Amino acid sequence: MIYFDNAATSLHKPEAVAEAVYNAIRNMGNCGRGAHGAALEAGRMVYNTRLKLAELFHVSDCSRIAFTSNATESLNIAIKGLLKEGDHVVTTELEHNSVLRPLYEMQQEGVEVSFVKCDSMGRIFPNQIESQIQPGTRAVLCTHSSNVTGNVLDIKEIGRICKQKNITFIVDASQTAGVFSIDVEQMGIDILCFTGHKGLLGPQGIGGIYVGANISLQPFKTGGSGSQTFQKNHPANMPDLLEAGTLNVPGIAGLHAGVSYLLENGLDTHRETEQALMWHFYNGIKEIPGIKIYGDFTGKERAPIVSFNLGAYDSAALCDQLAEDYDIFTRGGGHCAPLMHQALGTKEQGAVRFSFSFYNTKEEVEASIQAVRQLGE
Amino acid sequence: MRKKEWKVVVTFETTTSAMGMEKFCKEKGLPGRLIPVPRQITAGCGLAWCDKSEAREMLEKVLNEYELPYQNIYVIEI
Repeated sequence: MIYFDNAATSLHKPEAVAEAVYNAIRNMGNCGRGAHGAALEAGRMVYNTRLKLAELFHVSDCSRIAFTSNATESLNIAIKGLLKEGDHVVTTELEHNSVLRPLYEMQQEGVEVSFVKCDSMGRIFPNQIESQIQPGTRAVLCTHSSNVTGNVLDIKEIGRICKQKNITFIVDASQTAGVFSIDVEQMGIDILCFTGHKGLLGPQGIGGIYVGANISLQPFKTGGSGSQTFQKNHPANMPDLLEAGTLNVPGIAGLHAGVSYLLENGLDTHRETEQALMWHFYNGIKEIPGIKIYGDFTGKERAPIVSFNLGAYDSAALCDQLAEDYDIFTRGGGHCAPLMHQALGTKEQGAVRFSFSFYNTKEEVEASIQAVRQLGE
Repeated sequence: MRKKEWKVVVTFETTTSAMGMEKFCKEKGLPGRLIPVPRQITAGCGLAWCDKSEAREMLEKVLNEYELPYQNIYVIEI
């Protein structure tokens, strides 16, 4: 099996990740519930994972990071917990449904949304975002990288614009956390939403949200927090504010192992390996007659993703053929980013997406190039 | 029943702060341990840091010097 669906979830993880999940299931109690050894072991794991994530994202106070089940939950917390009737928010055509659907809901609640359009290569420039900002703009919300094209946005510049105009900046780092260096201070990010099971190499079902010290969110979930038992209101302190209910300790333990692995090895080497595989694949397929590759391949910095179509061939059928005849696993069809597909003209056809991991090899890429060439004949 | 002793008990608002205290004390080689909050006192978080009563001054100094988030410090017989 050749796995090139890492933008959906990373399948190959360090062995320590699986071991950590197993160990947590075997030995850990409930974090913050009880003071016995098993509960404390869980508490230590949760706390140490917060510290690791704080180190990774350059967060000075780890209590500003809360655990969620995935980036979708984090984005829902950010969008529904921040925006109110009469607010205006700027977002882009690159966004995933995890941003779009909560925003469409908020439109029903009286929030105004502006969608910044991309060009034919799927690019968005910071000045386009700036030009959409108006007096009632409460927030700018954008992805760090498109999950369809792999194009990366200039987050630092957008963050600078937001700081200058005193607007909350929310970033969806689903495709970039653990791949690109993210510094919330330097990039002016107020809320960072991330998932644990892609670039961070953790298991599925664990994600998180960073919320800046000057931001207050209304939680949509309240309940047990392991604190303030006799208070009627859910506690307002982070991270308890956003962590009602028992945490996913096995997931957090796995994430701890994944993030530790990344911090020990550094992000750059992995990313460069992934980008080298991506370029090798891109260069190997770009001349195939009838191929259409989406995104901006003019610069060096891009997420390790190549999405394409062969002529008018249904992308789902092409993806299925790659899996059935070549044992190459990719993703076809629509990629939960409807506005992106509309802008690229792939609403009907979708696109076949190859997404790379540092665990992939050059041989796997070469086998894939051959497969796509044969299918293109 | 355990024989009662005078202890210093530090309370916290969140589990995160309590875990942070434990990690800090372990790294600094300070004695003490996390216990369930005794019923004589009320606290935000169910975990409290406990040490011998003589440690009160030292702990208060450390908490303030390193700006560790805590709720209260008590000396009680538990």
